[in-house]
Amino acid sequence: MVSRRRFLKTSATFGAGFTLSMTLPAAASKLASGAAEAKTVANAFVRISSDNLVSIMIKHIEFGQGTFTGLATIVAEEMDADWDQIVAEAAPANKELYSNLLFGAQGTGGSTAIANSYTQMREAGASARAMLVAAAAQQWGVPVAEITVSKGLISHASGRYASFGEMAGAAAEQEVPKTVVLKDPANFTLIGAETVSRKDLGKTDGTAIYTQDIKLPGMLTAVVAHAPRFGAKVKSYNDINARAVKGVVNVVQIDSGVAVLADTFWNAKKGRDALQIDWDTSVAMSESSEEQMQRFRQTAQQPGLPAVAEGDIAKGFENAAQIIEAEYEFPYVAHATMEPMNCVAQITDAGAEAWYGCQSTTSDQYAIASTLKVAPEKVKINTLFAGGSFGRRASKNSDYVLEAVQIAKANKSDAPVKLVWTREDDTNSGYFRPMYFHKMKAGLDSGGKIIAWHHQIVGQSIMANSALSMFIKNGIDGTSVEGATELPYHIANFAVNLNTVESQVPVLWWRSVGSTHTAHAVENFMDQLAAAADTDPLAFRLANLGDDTRYRGVLDLVAEKAGWNAKNTSGRLKGLALHKSFGSYVAQVADLSVDKNGNYKVDRVVCAVDCGVAINPDVIRAQMEGGIGYGLSPALMTEITIENGAVVESNFDKQQVLRIADMPEIEVHIVPSAEAPTGVGEPGTPVIGPAVANALFAMTGKPRPTLPLGVKV
Amino acid sequence: MKISLNINGAMQQVDADSDTPLLWVIRDNIELTGTKYGCGVAQCGACTVHLNGQPIRSCSMPIGAIGDQKITTIEGLQSKQSEAIQAAWDELAVAQCGYCQSGQIMSAAALLKANVNPNDDDINGAMSGNICRCATYKRIRDGVKLAAQKINAVEV
Ligand code: FES
Ligand code: FES
Repeated sequence: MVSRRRFLKTSATFGAGFTLSMTLPAAASKLASGAAEAKTVANAFVRISSDNLVSIMIKHIEFGQGTFTGLATIVAEEMDADWDQIVAEAAPANKELYSNLLFGAQGTGGSTAIANSYTQMREAGASARAMLVAAAAQQWGVPVAEITVSKGLISHASGRYASFGEMAGAAAEQEVPKTVVLKDPANFTLIGAETVSRKDLGKTDGTAIYTQDIKLPGMLTAVVAHAPRFGAKVKSYNDINARAVKGVVNVVQIDSGVAVLADTFWNAKKGRDALQIDWDTSVAMSESSEEQMQRFRQTAQQPGLPAVAEGDIAKGFENAAQIIEAEYEFPYVAHATMEPMNCVAQITDAGAEAWYGCQSTTSDQYAIASTLKVAPEKVKINTLFAGGSFGRRASKNSDYVLEAVQIAKANKSDAPVKLVWTREDDTNSGYFRPMYFHKMKAGLDSGGKIIAWHHQIVGQSIMANSALSMFIKNGIDGTSVEGATELPYHIANFAVNLNTVESQVPVLWWRSVGSTHTAHAVENFMDQLAAAADTDPLAFRLANLGDDTRYRGVLDLVAEKAGWNAKNTSGRLKGLALHKSFGSYVAQVADLSVDKNGNYKVDRVVCAVDCGVAINPDVIRAQMEGGIGYGLSPALMTEITIENGAVVESNFDKQQVLRIADMPEIEVHIVPSAEAPTGVGEPGTPVIGPAVANALFAMTGKPRPTLPLGVKV
Repeated sequence: MKISLNINGAMQQVDADSDTPLLWVIRDNIELTGTKYGCGVAQCGACTVHLNGQPIRSCSMPIGAIGDQKITTIEGLQSKQSEAIQAAWDELAVAQCGYCQSGQIMSAAALLKANVNPNDDDINGAMSGNICRCATYKRIRDGVKLAAQKINAVEV
């Protein structure tokens, strides 16, 4: 096998027009797997084994959104591999090799997995292919240009052929190409195909391994007694009874509470139940969420800071033929991932190792390193499938990860520790979508054009008081106002203001982040404006659209597919909404029906999406469907309320979430596009709430300022 | 305390208190991890297993109450229903994060055993105890119907 190591930095410009530096380590010896099949590395993303499997290293966590499938598709396309020979593997933590090119650090978020790596993955595939072809040319003594590759078979007109596996060893001896030619998209066979199956396997027979399923020799399970109210701290505790519980091995205090370590989860939990803890609540939160909303409303009387100010707002309102106003209240919402937060951590003399659904890889790695005072390279992270994230696992301060590490450290042994949060621990930890209050005011001219727009947002900053606070510019946390500052519509006099307020409740990005509330406010308000202008909501939007024609593309498509102009024939009510987030354009029409008790049901949703090149249409449809279902929960029923500084809806008995009977039929239509691909994990979510609210508004004519909307018309 | 349980056709001796929920014995003692924890209070269905063929929430079933009843987990599920369901699930790419899917499939298998032609109401009734936070419900519904078709096609 190849013993030398080659690190070649190539710099090239391709496709989307940005420059990439690829580091392509072409060595195999260190990566030979324990089993018989040695793996030959073509580059950091492609490993070919002599048994003809091609492993694609996936630098983005798979938590259901389809990265294993999508990224592997792109590489396989440029390699001309057979889809059946492709295996997807989670990449290790390595900032040099696996950074998100939009973040400059390894991590997943902002629906960027495809967007940041499309060209990079194409290059990785093309580079691996070029090395295979060069090896074949050399072996067969024929020109490179005469060799063809199709479905994993390298062949020459002379009748010679070889599989990737057969040529792998020789390919590894080839120079890594400095530049590669990428395919003409017209020749794509995997990208855009309907027949590409998913690569995140083991999810129908119980064999897929999640953090919760990790079992290591000598591993202990830890359960933590957390503060009963936000901001409370341990004053003192008595662990005599806890230590007496069978299976309990140790009890340790950490920053966030008291951890019980035991042989099994149930014994650890019993140990936790037996703890006696005296909490210092002197600085704990005592406010309720209702009181907090009152405070937000009062704050809205202050002008706040400008996020956008275009034109002359005062003049715009002066010239308006009519002025319309609205308010919206958005409660806290939990991510409520199906798998509650958890993490396995082990500290050894060599450093630390962690096993979990790791989303913010580099920042978690550095946070662990700094907690343990070791170099980041000494922290090995094994990224596993996660039972959902929706933003939660991209913790801005690595909260649950460091909790596991702190417990392992306080336990003073090299035993691996599996931190398990119960559902209640998970919900009570907070890190919710922030609560928001919105105030809107718009002026229409006599022709139904919006000529003035003032949108004021009051809420907590996600990035404040964290390492990310450096991204707050001029007092504006962009995540508080995104989706409100750039609208589909052209409005000459346009202002968005932000009042950032404090609360002790930890907050975090929640699937589609700012758009999850801003899109609702903007799009529901649009229907109120349309009503004031006595115009159909679709026509009103079309009349006010700006220059970006991709908005019109999704509007036209959704209107056609949903039969917008034939409404009311079925006795159903339709609502329409339009929004762009993370570069992807989405329009949805929701059909509602009402029963004799005045309860409504969302029967059907038609969704049009323009996300550039559609890498995998079925994954795109799945993400739109799931995004709509996820967004329906807070639209219809889900909220987290706080009483005396503590969460009320800690488990699914109180916290209502969407169940199967509430799930509408969904039709997804993808706009054909040659634009660079953009994300689909989040953009389906923010559009459904306003689409439903608009259908209700169409029926009642009454604005609904409070979320969730509830079950009654 | 030693308790014997009949899991996936084999008798297992476990050393756990009789109030321990079946879920944690399956996961931590027997080391079958396909059955998931999601809520612990019989609200999410992630922990669904069969007890004498009926779906139950193992998080809320103390092992002391089981006696010699037969427990089947996702690992031990072998029936024409389950094969049809797994094939349908793969065909329709139902799973997203996948964490809820063992429970979904256990509930679906019990439904199809009792009713080979479920309509939407039957599906909603049988599956409403299973939360999917990825909201794969549309494909679950389609998957149950496709599995029913597969079973019926075989029987014809
Ligand atoms: S874990 Fe048993 S129903 Fe949720
Ligand atoms: S597939 Fe993720 S919770 Fe169901």
